[in-house]
Amino acid sequence: MCTSIVEVVGVDGMAKRGDEWFALTQAVVAYDHARHAPLGDVITLDFINASLDPGARAGVELTLDSAKQLLAALDRAITAAEFEETEVRGKGAPTLVRAA
Amino acid sequence: MAFYRGMTCENVTINGDKGTPITAYVAKPSGAGPFPGVVLIHHLPGWSEFYIETTRRFAHHGYLAICANLYQRAGEGNPDDVAAKVRAEGGIPDAQMVGDTAAAVQWMRAQANHNGKVGLFGSCSGGRHAFIYACQKKDVDACAELWGGRVVMGKDELNAKTPVAPIDMTRELSCPLIGIFGNDDRAPSPEQVHEHEAELKKHGKSYEFHRYDGAGHGIWYWHRPLYRPEAAMDGWSKVLAFFKKHLAA
Repeated sequence: MCTSIVEVVGVDGMAKRGDEWFALTQAVVAYDHARHAPLGDVITLDFINASLDPGARAGVELTLDSAKQLLAALDRAITAAEFEETEVRGKGAPTLVRAA
Repeated sequence: MAFYRGMTCENVTINGDKGTPITAYVAKPSGAGPFPGVVLIHHLPGWSEFYIETTRRFAHHGYLAICANLYQRAGEGNPDDVAAKVRAEGGIPDAQMVGDTAAAVQWMRAQANHNGKVGLFGSCSGGRHAFIYACQKKDVDACAELWGGRVVMGKDELNAKTPVAPIDMTRELSCPLIGIFGNDDRAPSPEQVHEHEAELKKHGKSYEFHRYDGAGHGIWYWHRPLYRPEAAMDGWSKVLAFFKKHLAA
């Protein structure tokens, strides 16, 4: 890794490859060389299951601007979701159950 | 001999670090030889098509060439996916890379039509790895480091997998070094390349550095927007001349 800009976080959830969904163990956020996007460096998001084969991966390469827009959208959605959970549904609302 | 040399390519299994079997792609030029050898150390995107093609390119120029899959322990799959998994694991240990590369060097030296000389070639993380290997081992005769990132490392970047900054190994460099760098690169930055060079000078090492304006990281990657054809072709000629000089029997 040439830039050293890598963040790894454990996650619960699922991702899709082809027609198959798989449980996630980690999300990896990096700013490093693009493999496919026609850019030099990109924000790379990889959603993976480290206990499965390397193909258990949903990968995305984004421009910095796109990543910022995605971050802002996530912030808005999470804020609204937290409001929904606490103020509308109240405590005890169903949460995501880990599938693996 | 025809102007365009033929070659034979195949995958072989070598005993990597701690005896772990790993796959390596080899390209052998047609003819009786003896041929010099090039051991390629692949880059961060893994055992990619670029490296397989570059292995063949060295054979085309009359070198026995081998490129081991340093990411094999992460599993079989598309090199992109395998590299993503390796990144999630924090990369590969430097020591493991040295063990795997030593196996590739041993394969080379065991070939009947090898002339006894071995050059190392690596770009990006592979450039860093090539430099590390040439500092830690004494069984290679020349080293080509192309835009090796993290040769210069801060103490906060050191960990169990990368315990020593390569620049701090410079005193032990065992063979001549050629470096190819883009002045727009940030990893390594021009300042880090200067620091790298100063350390080589300080220890009286044989080296040549070539810096290119208007070029950043991955100058030779013909499939990426980083490609800079003039700098790439000049760099290729520099590396081939360097290997010709140091790898002749």
